[in-house]
Amino acid sequence: MRKVITGNHTVSYAAKITRSEVVAAYPITPQTQVVEKISSFCADGEMDAIFIKVESEHSACAACIGASAAGARAFTATSSQGLALMHEMLHWAANARTPIVIANINRAMGPPWSIWTDQNDSLSQRDTGWIHYYCEGNQDVLDSIIQAFKVSETVSVPSLVILDAFFLSHTSEPVDLRDQKLVDKFLPKYEAKWKLDPKDPHTYGGLTGPDRYYELRYNLQKDFLRVEKVMDKVHQEFKELFGREYGRVEPFMADDAEILLVVSGTISSTAKQAVVDAREAGLKLGSLKIRVFRPFPFDLVKKYLKGKKAIAVIDRNYSFGGEGIFYSEVKSAMYDEPHLPIYSYIAGLGGRDVAVKDILAIANLAKEGKCDHPTWWGVKL
Amino acid sequence: MIEIRFHGRGGQGAAMASSIMADAIFRMGKEVQSFPMFGVERRGAPVASFIRIDDKPIWVRCEVYEPDHVVVLDPTLIQAVDVTSGLSKGGILLVNSDLPPEELKIKGDYKIITFDGNGVAVEFGLGSKAQPIANTVMMGAFAKAFGEIDIDKLYECIMDAFPSHLAKKNADAAKRAYELAPTPD
Repeated sequence: MRKVITGNHTVSYAAKITRSEVVAAYPITPQTQVVEKISSFCADGEMDAIFIKVESEHSACAACIGASAAGARAFTATSSQGLALMHEMLHWAANARTPIVIANINRAMGPPWSIWTDQNDSLSQRDTGWIHYYCEGNQDVLDSIIQAFKVSETVSVPSLVILDAFFLSHTSEPVDLRDQKLVDKFLPKYEAKWKLDPKDPHTYGGLTGPDRYYELRYNLQKDFLRVEKVMDKVHQEFKELFGREYGRVEPFMADDAEILLVVSGTISSTAKQAVVDAREAGLKLGSLKIRVFRPFPFDLVKKYLKGKKAIAVIDRNYSFGGEGIFYSEVKSAMYDEPHLPIYSYIAGLGGRDVAVKDILAIANLAKEGKCDHPTWWGVKL
Repeated sequence: MIEIRFHGRGGQGAAMASSIMADAIFRMGKEVQSFPMFGVERRGAPVASFIRIDDKPIWVRCEVYEPDHVVVLDPTLIQAVDVTSGLSKGGILLVNSDLPPEELKIKGDYKIITFDGNGVAVEFGLGSKAQPIANTVMMGAFAKAFGEIDIDKLYECIMDAFPSHLAKKNADAAKRAYELAPTPD
């Protein structure tokens, strides 16, 4: 059934329909409505979960790790400084192989205080060993959380599902809330491969010397290599049950494009309109959305970028002293194509609007080979 | 695509109005998107919210700069905010005011309509006499002026959106406004 709801409430519905058993959360703008709704679902008996109020995001993540280690499906949501405060526990969750799912509302890091979107909060968690999904619309948010649990529980790796502050969190639009029976079929109850059990006591995560630690990290990466195959299979199953197609990337009018935009989050949605408008004006533009950032879809990026006249990567983030973070990844993927011009454009930090006209202007710069490596689009100097 | 902007003050329910109206338009078979001005809402401070309507899925996820129509929930905003900013030529500018349109002294090629939303809000006990809350009333008035929103669908959406002790009087007030409000000449 399609219903008009906000991105935040979509996240709450996702927690409910995936039958998350433990939700431990701490409120932060712009995520607060997520937690309010989950808490009322639990209080009204609409959701059979233990809702734990905690004193910080660090504790929220720690409680989820504990719950997951005891065999429960655990979920939380946060944003920005809250995600940063979880950082230590994010490493712990991944290394403990607890398949938690966290929804993060992208919000710029302070100071100065900002509540508006950019990706530096989630991209700062790049190396914590989590799967990262970036969403472009509210339907994508719901479906990604459903899929994330399935992927995470299959490979014992946690997932972050990421959505833009306000442009999704506070935007109401029609979402197919999915049928509970179909979701139950797609995502059966979580059966932990190993779990904390008082009847069969074990200790996990104790001191491990150089003779064993190295192999545990090797194993984590080995399982990350499985993630792509597992995802491709999960996407296929999802399509069969729910009729909607998902990939690790999403090409839009990409095959015959001469100039290709590489985009993520809500910018990839606005970019589709820019592509259509550009085509009408005679510019053969296309776009490639990076939906899954970790594991980075090197194979698919190579496939879609090969043979283009120019690539324009739009980053709503920055690695200071380095470069746009998606740009780095794309360049790395295209190492074997040294003659492909890949241009870097920074846009939309701290929630600065990125409108169709901005994307069109960036596409035209790329067409003319104009880029300051990077160009900080629209920066007021 | 049609884009509508609501102006109000924090606490007057502009964001709620745009999401309820978007819901009604969705239930008429259209694709919609609705969002509040991306800011910190404080009681009394000027706020805005937006609706996009289309026959096909809406991809654009940026702010609205050139609305087709504008609804102003609070008459005192006319002096405080440039309510016609970017408003399309010939677009509806519906203002909650008991003054005739020409007395608003707004220049531009718009269909300016005034409607005493506060009067209807007070009649139905929405907010207080000193601070009436006219968001649902102005939705009804806009539905009439716009001519493309089914008042029964709007009624249904207001009933679904409000807690039970507030739902009926808001829905009835919207319906009353729909009956009373003028259409553009």
